[in-house]
Formats: sequence, C-alpha cells, structure tokens
Amino acid sequence: MRERPLADVPRWLIGLLAVALVLQVLFASSHPKPTAKAEDLGPPPSVEALRLAAVGEPIALARLLMLYLQAFDYQAGTRIPYRDLNYEHLEGWLRRILELDPAGQYPLMSASRLYAEVPDPAKQRRMLEFVYAEYLKDPNRRWPWLAHATIIAKHQLKDLPLARKYAVALQQHTTTPDAPPWVRQMEPFILEDMNELEAARLLIGGLIASGQVKDQRDLELLERRLQLLEERIEAEKRQKRP
Amino acid sequence: MTRIIAPIARATLLEALRSRMLWLVAVLLALSFGIAGFLQQVAIIETAGIQVAIIAALLRGAGVFLTAAFVVMSMVREVNDKVLELMLAQPWPRAAYLFGKFVGFSTAAVLLAAILTVPVAWLAPVAGAPLWGLSLACELVIVTAMSLFCVITLTHVVPALAAVLGFYVLARSIAALQIIATAAGASVAWTDRAATWIVQAIALVLPRLDEMTQVSWLVAGPPTAGAITSVLVQTAVYTVLLVAAAQFDLHRQNL
Repeated sequence: MRERPLADVPRWLIGLLAVALVLQVLFASSHPKPTAKAEDLGPPPSVEALRLAAVGEPIALARLLMLYLQAFDYQAGTRIPYRDLNYEHLEGWLRRILELDPAGQYPLMSASRLYAEVPDPAKQRRMLEFVYAEYLKDPNRRWPWLAHATIIAKHQLKDLPLARKYAVALQQHTTTPDAPPWVRQMEPFILEDMNELEAARLLIGGLIASGQVKDQRDLELLERRLQLLEERIEAEKRQKRP
Repeated sequence: MTRIIAPIARATLLEALRSRMLWLVAVLLALSFGIAGFLQQVAIIETAGIQVAIIAALLRGAGVFLTAAFVVMSMVREVNDKVLELMLAQPWPRAAYLFGKFVGFSTAAVLLAAILTVPVAWLAPVAGAPLWGLSLACELVIVTAMSLFCVITLTHVVPALAAVLGFYVLARSIAALQIIATAAGASVAWTDRAATWIVQAIALVLPRLDEMTQVSWLVAGPPTAGAITSVLVQTAVYTVLLVAAAQFDLHRQNL
C-alpha cells in the first residue's frame, strides 16, 4: 500500500484542513449569487473574419455558430422569446453560417421551422423570404425548407399569392428525384384555394399529361382532384347562367 | 521552524531566479510592448483602453501558465532527482519542507506579478494598476498553492499541469456556470436539478477568480475597497485550504 495510515497525519493539520474548508464554504456562501442579464443578438462578423477564426475548419465553426445561435434565446438565467430577437441580425447570422457551410441544412431548417413560426407576420415573412432566396441557390438540396415555407405562407400567413410564388419556384427549380411528387404539385392546390379554378384545372391536367407523375396512386389522386375541379367549374357556370 | 523553512524558501526562490524563466518573462514583456505598439497603430479610438485591456489579459494568462509550469516542473524534478526523499529524511517535519517550498514559490509568484504589472502600469497610469498588480499577485499565489497540491497528489507533469489549468479555467468560469445552472434549476427534470446542485456545490469550494484582476479596474476605474478586501480574504482562505490539503496528501504518501 502506497498510502500511510490517517493516524500519521498530524491532528493539527486535519483540523486546519477542516477549518479552511469551512471558511471557504462560508466565504463562497456569503457572496451574492451572480445574476443574469439578457443580451441582444448582435450583428454577425464578416465572413472573412469568420474564416480566419475557423483556422481552416469552416464547417466545424459553422456547426458551432449554429448551436450558439439556436441557444441564444435560452441565455444564462433568462429567456428571450424568438420573436424578440433582432431578425435582421438573425438573418445575417444564418447567411454567414450558410456561407461557411453551404451544404449544411441546419440554418434553413431553423429559419423555416423555428424562426418562421413566431407570432409576428413581419418576422415570419422575413424568414420565408430568406429561405426562398437561399433555396434558389441550391434548389435540389434545399427544397424541404421552401416546401415548409409554402405551408406556413398558406396556412399561417394566409398569404396565398406568396404561397403560390414559393410553390411555382418549387415546381420550376426542384429536379432531384429525391423530392416527392407533391413538392412540385403544390401550385394547383394553392390556385384552387385562391379560387383560380380554371388555372388549377389546366395545371393538374398538364401534370397528368406530361407523364412526370409516375406513381399510380399519385396519378389517381390527381385525376380525382381534376374531376372535382371540373365539377366545381361546371357548378359555378350553372350558377352564373340566368 | 523558521530556520528550516527560510533556507528551503530561499533555495526555491534562487532556483526561480537562476532558471531561464526570467528570460521568458523578458521575452513576454518585449512581446507585450510590441503588441501595445502594434495596437496603437491599428486602433482608431480608445487606443489606450484597447492596449491595456489586451495586454493585461495576455499577461494575466501568461503569468498563470508560467507559475503553474514552474511549480509543477520544479517539484517533479525534485522528486525525480530524489531531492524530496533527501529532504524528508532530514530531522524536520514534512510540513516544514512543503511550507518552505510554498513560501519560495509564492515569493517568486509575487515577484512575477510585480514584473508583469510594469507594462500595465505604463499603459494605464491610473490608481487601478497597482491594485490590479496586487490582485494578480494574489491570483498567482492561489495558482502556486493549487500547483503544489496537484503535483504532490498526481506526481507527474502532464496530469498535474492539466489539473491546475482545468481548475483555473473552471474557477474563472464558475459564475457563468452558476447562472446557467440557476436557469436549469427551474426545470422539473431531476437531472437538471441535480446538475444545478452539483454546480452550486462545486462553486462553494472554488475561489472566485472571475472577480480578481479585472481589466475593468484599468479601463473603467479602480476597484472598491470592498472588492480588494474580498480578493485578499479569498486568497488567504483558499491558500490555507490548498496548502493544508497538500500537507495532508504529503503526510499520507508513503515516501
């Protein structure tokens, strides 16, 4: 055994250790507890500065920055709701992170699913527009986030023209086979909600005729939708007749 | 007892003075003056504030590292050269040897703090500079005691140095950890509550290094008398605790 017995330690030393420990605990307890202060999200540094700080690991830095940004609302000892963040700065941070790691999905996922879900239409629109602009740079990788943005525009903002704009972009630019067919088929349904029945009918008819839709169930769904649309158009025509 | 402690302390101080640490400090000073000159050219406004803030933070970190490295390496060398065994074979208590080493190392640390305060005082000729230096000396004495404790316990350079630096970083950031833990304490999850209690318990046995040697004393104005008193009391209490812990460990080692 390498250790000597406790009895070899002088008693005065054990006493001194105990007294010092008690004094330290009393001293630390007597200090007022540190308090938290919420801070605003500042503007992001330039991408050059970030690349310098990354010391050759921009992807690692991008991931770290994303975690920092995501946790910013949950500051030490306090909480800032997402809607209270400075969205101009937030967008700047997200853009910088994407510049560091263009293949990363996290910034756009956060933009469409976290920051665009706040109860502030102006901030929601800002995030959706950011997702739209970034989607256009890499449609085949970033389509899920614009698809979600389309749903937010349609169901939360009730802004059907905006939803249609995104749906058109999805239909025109998304070419990857990874994207499910409904991603490219959103426009006619939005047109239908806008009561643009004729345009919706033409689009669905065009989709069926183009042969782009391969799945039999999708095809059946579109044909049923087309049939319903034609019935609605016919019913409206009948109502308009004197 | 003083007749035993004083020669050991003097020998330790001589070792510090005759080692190449002084050259390293000279290089550090030259580097800090060089950085100060560079910052003077770069900064558009608040030049003096930027210079002193950056130099003070740099010197503080360098001082801590030099102190910890010197204490750890000196003690490990003493163990490897069997000087420790020779010392313990002498007809004096183990406590005297360790206390002598502590006094020698602490004196070297205080001298180092005094040297490092020179460029800070030159850049920030305010009342805060001497108090900053005093606080740095206190901080280095705590680091000395911690290094002594770690090297007595762990006996090897890398683990001891890593433990000291880990302790230092933890003590500097414990206030921030406490704040985060307080927020987590509101959670209903037992893991969050347990983490809060653990952090609060750790905070009780760590010195508040984040309240020491603050750059704000140089930039915004000197600290209050209460702040300096708190630094002195903390240093006294924590140094006694660490030295007692190191003595306890040395007494239990079967050397």
